[in-house]
Amino acid sequence: MEVLLAIVIGAAFGAVLDRIGATNPTWIGRMLALTNLNLMKTILLAIGTGSILMFAGQMAGLVDVGHMSVKAAYAGVFIGGLMLGAGWAASGFCPGTGVCAAASGRKDAWFFIAGGLLGAAAYMVTYPAWKASGLLDDIAGGKTTLGTVPGASYDGLTAMSGDLIGILMGLAFVVIAFVLPERIGGGGVAVPAE
Amino acid sequence: MTLDWKLGGVLLGGVFFLAVLLVKPIGVSTQFVILDAIIGDTVNSALVSETDTGYTSTNAYLAKSDGKYAKAAANPLNYSFVFVLAMMAGAFASTRLRGGLDAAERSMPAIWRNTYGDSPVKRYALAFLGGFVVLYGARLAGGCTSGHMMSGMMQTAVSGYIFAAGAFATAVPVALLMYRKES
Repeated sequence: MEVLLAIVIGAAFGAVLDRIGATNPTWIGRMLALTNLNLMKTILLAIGTGSILMFAGQMAGLVDVGHMSVKAAYAGVFIGGLMLGAGWAASGFCPGTGVCAAASGRKDAWFFIAGGLLGAAAYMVTYPAWKASGLLDDIAGGKTTLGTVPGASYDGLTAMSGDLIGILMGLAFVVIAFVLPERIGGGGVAVPAE
Repeated sequence: MTLDWKLGGVLLGGVFFLAVLLVKPIGVSTQFVILDAIIGDTVNSALVSETDTGYTSTNAYLAKSDGKYAKAAANPLNYSFVFVLAMMAGAFASTRLRGGLDAAERSMPAIWRNTYGDSPVKRYALAFLGGFVVLYGARLAGGCTSGHMMSGMMQTAVSGYIFAAGAFATAVPVALLMYRKES
């Protein structure tokens, strides 16, 4: 049953990533170079929509709070984010869009995947050194959310209602998506990639 | 052409919601480790082994958290691994339905060609290097654009905001340096 859901939801995710342009490094590059922010607006709206539906669903008892999966916060999250951001901007791929791009016929994405498998293996080998460094130790309470979500196995950074904060943050993402301009600075008009 | 951002955003948000409603939030980068472990275990069958209570590995990273990665590698038909394979199938079908990519795009994206010319070797080398840095960083962070940025911020996870701050702190300057002049 779970595997069937993996097929349905995974296929839907891959297809939507392709249709919004996320599998195309040209759109990723223009988003991050701030010359065409349509993809950024799409992603912000998606995070906001998902957030509002999820937290409203949890408040209404329609969504199982146990399905939440909050990752731990530690210094390595920021360092790893810095690394991922640099490689993402340079190549135009992140792990999810990279595998989708390869499937869509992009040959360069297969090289990204090969490099990714080597990078992940390199981390597996060097993991003990990171562990010993203390950079993987919890900060800000480890697995925490902004507010305290009733019934969740995660602590809140604040005692405020995690569900209400979630809906408010979701609304904030939606508002930012709408007020963000199509591009920031510079002249000219970005041309379609395809 | 890509979808209008309003339609695309609602569709993508709908998929995020469906995932957390039915199973759990979306994540991808762990599966690079799982595939590495599957390959590694094929070459050296001592890498992943079954114990009385579950699975473990000679690699400390695969063995952490009671061997959950070792277990996934020993049972590849699990939700998260199949999810990534299905993503590929979905993207493949979507691309075919919109007519497929032309030969130039299959070789390299327009933004690269417009900026650095059409030598495939340079592009492939950069894509390989980018993949290495992205996955090393994602594993250090414990998640990637999907798990930390999208799923994490959707759940108001503190780690998601920390990750997004780090990712954009380098992504925007690198893209400005490399691609700003393209358009």
